[in-house]
Amino acid sequence: MKVQAVRAPFAARGGVHPPYGKDATASLPVETLPLPKRLVVSLAQHLGAPSKPTVKKGDKVLKGEVIAEAGGFVSSSVHAPTSGTVKTVDEMMTATGRPATCVEIEADGADASVDFSPLLNWNELPSKALVNRIAGAGIIGMGGAGFPTHVKLSPPPGKTIDTLIINGAECEPRLTADHRLMVEQPGRILAGARIIKRILGVKCVWIAIEDNKPEAIASMEKIAGEAGSEDNVRIVALPTLYPQGAEKQLICSITGREVPSGGLPMDVGALVENVGTAAAIADAILEGKPLIERIVTVTGDGVRSSKNFLARVGTPLHDLVAAAGGLVNDAAKIISGGPMMGIALEGLEAGLNKTTSGLVILRSNDVCYFSSMPCIACGRCVEACPMGLMPCTISERVEAEDYVGAEGFDVLDCIECGCCAYECPAHRPLVQHMRLGKAQAMARRKREATKSA
Amino acid sequence: MPSVIAIIVLGGTGLVCGAALAFAAKVFEVKEDPRIQAILDLLPGANCGACGVPGCAEYAKAVAQQKLPIDLCKRGGAETLAKLSIYLGVKAEAKERRVAIVLCQGDNTKASRRGVYNGIADCAAAHAMGGDKGCRYGCLGLGSCARVCPVNAIEITPNRLAVVHPEICIGCGLCAQTCPRALIKLVPESRRIHVLCRSKDRGPVVKKLCSVGCIGCTLCAKTLGNQGIRMEGPLAVVDYSVQIENDEVITKCPQHSIANRPGRRLA
Repeated sequence: MKVQAVRAPFAARGGVHPPYGKDATASLPVETLPLPKRLVVSLAQHLGAPSKPTVKKGDKVLKGEVIAEAGGFVSSSVHAPTSGTVKTVDEMMTATGRPATCVEIEADGADASVDFSPLLNWNELPSKALVNRIAGAGIIGMGGAGFPTHVKLSPPPGKTIDTLIINGAECEPRLTADHRLMVEQPGRILAGARIIKRILGVKCVWIAIEDNKPEAIASMEKIAGEAGSEDNVRIVALPTLYPQGAEKQLICSITGREVPSGGLPMDVGALVENVGTAAAIADAILEGKPLIERIVTVTGDGVRSSKNFLARVGTPLHDLVAAAGGLVNDAAKIISGGPMMGIALEGLEAGLNKTTSGLVILRSNDVCYFSSMPCIACGRCVEACPMGLMPCTISERVEAEDYVGAEGFDVLDCIECGCCAYECPAHRPLVQHMRLGKAQAMARRKREATKSA
Repeated sequence: MPSVIAIIVLGGTGLVCGAALAFAAKVFEVKEDPRIQAILDLLPGANCGACGVPGCAEYAKAVAQQKLPIDLCKRGGAETLAKLSIYLGVKAEAKERRVAIVLCQGDNTKASRRGVYNGIADCAAAHAMGGDKGCRYGCLGLGSCARVCPVNAIEITPNRLAVVHPEICIGCGLCAQTCPRALIKLVPESRRIHVLCRSKDRGPVVKKLCSVGCIGCTLCAKTLGNQGIRMEGPLAVVDYSVQIENDEVITKCPQHSIANRPGRRLA
């Protein structure tokens, strides 16, 4: 059977067209990074409560052994990426730019692993068992936000999910990690999609890919065609637009449904999983392997040779950069993640997170320092905002410390994609205003909840 | 003839309206407590809001209605309290004047920065991002405290550190509420000796980040026999309820974190 990609039937709102810069790494096969000597595994890689360490200094661990267990329902467990000795369990800087408890492991080089027990009869097991396995494998959203996957896969009663979208849009400029995964290992993605489909009982799976990745589309079309029609997998080619791969924009492009303000995708019966997450789910079920490695793109003019790597979680970032030929002399800015939504890091000491899809290193010529000027009310941010907000108005409210006013303009719906700041001719730090406004609004809600309780 | 009519009509209207206004002023007269104006005249008129109500007029009203005690005016201090006490015949003991102090001395020459911060010039916003300062507890120097100070007592030095000038400070505490890192403390003005560090990091970490940070060596606490300075984990904290007389702690501190900063107004 031949599967042909369809065009996305609807259009998402707003968005921008930044220079994509994917050519540098899009055609480079994924290289497996040699095992690092030392790994720094963060225990706060996911959204929600940080994981609780279960190992202490001096403990011997095996690859795949649990080193931290979930600290609540919205949390995730963390596994040792290789065998070795725990050197320290302490607060360290992480790839998210914030300090968190980390487990430092000195690798012994043997890479001895615990016995993985695959669930080969997954098609007959109840959904609950599969979700438990996914939770036990420490799988979190690998697109960047790091929302624990088992939470997404356990919708509360009363919510039905009818559409599963596997997100291979990778709209973030310069990153090609998901692209390479789709080109090289489409089978794993499809297997993961089947498992999620089985868990949720959905009929239809969409695999969404931006149309600037024809190689990935062709690869997924081929594997879906080989699999046959009972899978009911449809490949959808999305127009290239940032932030096409954001959850809510993706749902809108494919189903035409708009996630309500303050709501979740499950409110419109949709579920979005990143292609990397789908592949990790396939590993967890079919091989019994926890999430201990990921594909990461190291790119930008600041490194000598841009590359795609398959690296263990916890690999120090300087190891990745060294494998990419090292930094050029005038490297000035290190961004963990993509250039639009990534976080600037102070150094390369931190370890790779499960959510770090890329490392972008810029030269000093490409980094600009600017000062914020007053809003000229041009409205470009309003046009660009994919959520239909008014970033200009919200930012003025936040500047005036009128956080209640900012909340009135739905600052909490902001997805922090950065389109507004990208477009702003007055160089206003709009995303930071949004983040501050969101943090203050959340803090106020929390205060009020404790007051009324 | 027309001018006479005009004079009569307008003059008559004026008389009627005047009479009506005079009548209304008598009937609807608002009787204001004369003490409110008198109390307002005794207050310093800084309108700083440190008493908890917006402005001196509101405070005067609250005092006249006995809703608030008379010792809340921080700008006026003992002087105003004495005047109010005589005027209202209420006894009140003057509290010691309190002044704000920034418990950090890690400016750009002494403490490292993690990178270049190019975002909103506001401490709360920078703190939410983690801040550009190496030390997670240190002063960010973006001046949020200086902006809320009603008397401009806070200076941001060229090396980006907030410094309170105690001779100007009225002790309203707005800066202490504003600082996202809770570095500003209100202390009695007679206290001279301060540990100018709030870092809860361990010694080796502090040493890497700042040349004047407390490393928790406990020398000061030992010198004083745990009277006046106590250890809170790896941080020495001054107990402001007692006066420290032993100046030896200043020279003993290997990190020069302890300093003599008198809070009294210059004579």
